Amino acid sequence: MLLTTGLGLALLWAPEDADQGPSQRIFYIHVPVALTAYLCFGWAAWKAFRLLWKRDERADLESYTAVHMGVIFGLLTLITGSIWAKISWGVWWTWSERQLVLFLILFLFYSAYFMLRYSTEPGPRRARSSAVYALFGAVLLPVSFLAIRLAEQLLHPAPLFNRDGPQMSASMFITFCVCLAAMVTLAAALYLIELTGKRADASLRELREHLA
Amino acid sequence: MSTGEKYLAAAYLVLFAAVLLYVVLIALKLARIERELAELARIAKERAGG
Repeated sequence: MLLTTGLGLALLWAPEDADQGPSQRIFYIHVPVALTAYLCFGWAAWKAFRLLWKRDERADLESYTAVHMGVIFGLLTLITGSIWAKISWGVWWTWSERQLVLFLILFLFYSAYFMLRYSTEPGPRRARSSAVYALFGAVLLPVSFLAIRLAEQLLHPAPLFNRDGPQMSASMFITFCVCLAAMVTLAAALYLIELTGKRADASLRELREHLA
Repeated sequence: MSTGEKYLAAAYLVLFAAVLLYVVLIALKLARIERELAELARIAKERAGG
């Protein structure tokens, strides 16, 4: 319902940007998807921290699922960003923008998480090494997020918020908030479904070994 | 349809396609789990009966 509302508001209600025209409406999915990716990676790091600190074994699967979701939303951020870049800047990608490169590094870093995870045998050692890697990635999160605020603005739009509040009209801000809520809810729902599936799969594997 | 609108549609379609693909993959995975569970239940029943 939130997604449909967000889509309706973004396409029909929010005013058209005077400079960019209809393509500016990509903003209502691109930015919420990017923020959701950050949130997923942050959640993965938090679960990794819990695994290392509290020795909570369930946190391993939770951290892994969150990285999985983060990579999917990260890929969507890169694709929607590229489409927006093509219409706004005339190129699909530019290496001169530090924000883009930093987000790509973050995405590739977490994509490599799967290589690390599947190169070791399942067990506590794999859980710990995956957790350390996911936690280390958390260092890149503020760097990537703050790059948009700190870097010199060449092509990438300026941050949405500053000390004076949101840098957009009220209707644009409401639409953005609905889209962000929709994206976070979607990610949370997919995360829970994926986690339930993975837990059921693990229980089945145990049961099969028991019956063998 | 202007070029801007085409790119806008493409961006929204990418998101929609990704969510749809994800839901289909999850559905396939759950169907496999259900099949395996049914098979394990059958094996457990046979053992209990035997």
